Amino acid sequence: MAKDILSTPKSFYKEFFRKPDADKTNTHYCPGCGHGVIHKLLAEAIEDFGIADRTIIISPVGCSVFAYYYFDTGNVQVAHGRAPAVATGLKRANPNSIVISYQGDGDLAAIGGNNILQAANRGENITVIFVNNAIYGMTGGQMAPTTLIGQKTTTTPYGRAAANEGYPIRICELLSALSGPVYLARGAITDPATIMKTRLAIRKAIKAQMDYKGFSLVEILSPCPSGWRMTPVEAKKWVKEQMVKIFPLGTFKDETKEREPIAYEKREYTKEEIKQALGLDKEAPHFSHSMDDVKPIWRNPKIKISGFGGQGVLLLGNTLAEAGMEQGYHVSWIPSYGPEMRGGTANCHVQISTSEIASPVVDHPSILVAMNLPSLDRFEDDVVPGGLIIYNTSLVTRAPKRTDIESIPIPATDIADKLGSLKVANMVVLGAIIEKTGIVTEEAAISALNTVVKHKKFIPLNIEAIKSGREYVRNL
Amino acid sequence: MPTKGYMEVDPNHCKGCGLCIEACPEDCIEFSSEINRLGYHPARYKGEGCIGCGFCFYTCPEPNAITVYKKGKEVA
Repeated sequence: MAKDILSTPKSFYKEFFRKPDADKTNTHYCPGCGHGVIHKLLAEAIEDFGIADRTIIISPVGCSVFAYYYFDTGNVQVAHGRAPAVATGLKRANPNSIVISYQGDGDLAAIGGNNILQAANRGENITVIFVNNAIYGMTGGQMAPTTLIGQKTTTTPYGRAAANEGYPIRICELLSALSGPVYLARGAITDPATIMKTRLAIRKAIKAQMDYKGFSLVEILSPCPSGWRMTPVEAKKWVKEQMVKIFPLGTFKDETKEREPIAYEKREYTKEEIKQALGLDKEAPHFSHSMDDVKPIWRNPKIKISGFGGQGVLLLGNTLAEAGMEQGYHVSWIPSYGPEMRGGTANCHVQISTSEIASPVVDHPSILVAMNLPSLDRFEDDVVPGGLIIYNTSLVTRAPKRTDIESIPIPATDIADKLGSLKVANMVVLGAIIEKTGIVTEEAAISALNTVVKHKKFIPLNIEAIKSGREYVRNL
Repeated sequence: MPTKGYMEVDPNHCKGCGLCIEACPEDCIEFSSEINRLGYHPARYKGEGCIGCGFCFYTCPEPNAITVYKKGKEVA
């Protein structure tokens, strides 16, 4: 404490301009809230280290969701419990930044439990300020993973019972079992001496990050007078007398001296490299096409393609969408499949449209491709009147019952088998779609294959299958 | 009592939690009888006794409420 005057740390905004209400100089926290003190300690450390212009503070979900009102640093507010993941991204994108994840116990120890575990285990060079108030404060005082045995909360009105809700999770102890973290400490904000120890722990944790030493976390036992239904003074006493018994204070791990700094590979990417990575370096292919040449019912088609997983249902949809895009249309493609890679059912929804697509979901297709019988059974009734059903007679043992639709029976699997691979049945069907409807041209489809098929050696067989499908339909 | 330091509370930034009063080793902070714009009785310096330890500053949750002058301050 070298300063002669202790006043508002400079890394707080002078005016909290992001705060929507008229009061721009007070916090939104309740009287006696621990967050205010912890904010102050953090802001002071950032100011003293002179790192405000390269610090990013991550606001969690919880009362401190609005931490970005206060800190004059970079700010990101993230989804519940995901701060360590976002912090990882921020840090890796710019290793020179100081990334501080500010999280509460509901956020960090409950919904984000695995996030913090994995980030700590990776030894990500970030600092986590973990505010433990043994409760879900913002939502009205529900039980948190850190709630003490016997502690009454709105969801444990008779007190937390170990038999029913388990035991309070000790995060510092838990993480200290991992090799990744370099600094783990637990402090509290009770009496001035403890506050000063916590102040030092915060500085040590940030310093570890500044020195590229790796993952640091400071857990801070913090009062929630409103949630605990206590006065601020009673709440502080409760931290000291009850919480500290379960969550002992101290340093749980400190390898800041022994640990070698993390060596970051410095890489600058040129504009060209980024374009290349995104596939924007080549001029996009374009094929002229007019929807006017397509029969009205199939114009701007809504397509559903369904079959067994492994029949290439998704790839067929992807190729159609890509071809549509290369013809200059708006397209959408969404897959829908079960957990099985092969053998389960899979379907995808494809739209190709001259106007913007509001929703990619296709409930009532104008074109249905049924690669197997369950697909026809399931989706036949959904096809719009006048629509088209293309069904794979190699596997579909019945014709559609509907009389108000058009249908094309095609033994796609048999045709593919004759070509040498069962797997190109999907492309036989693509040929059938091209021949029957003209929604995409063969040229666009072949060009699209070059984008969607990973192994280029399979492209000639796929093209052959498209041609066979066209020929089959032409001769029907 | 010798006065080494000086502290002041901005009455409009104090939420009356009383933590500074609790923390002050010299017992030189008290609640004001006035009600501030937030509806609380703010803390205030009794006017003497401050040793400039800064305990009140570090226990205060509001960023703009307390200023401590460790070496004292000329008071008009």
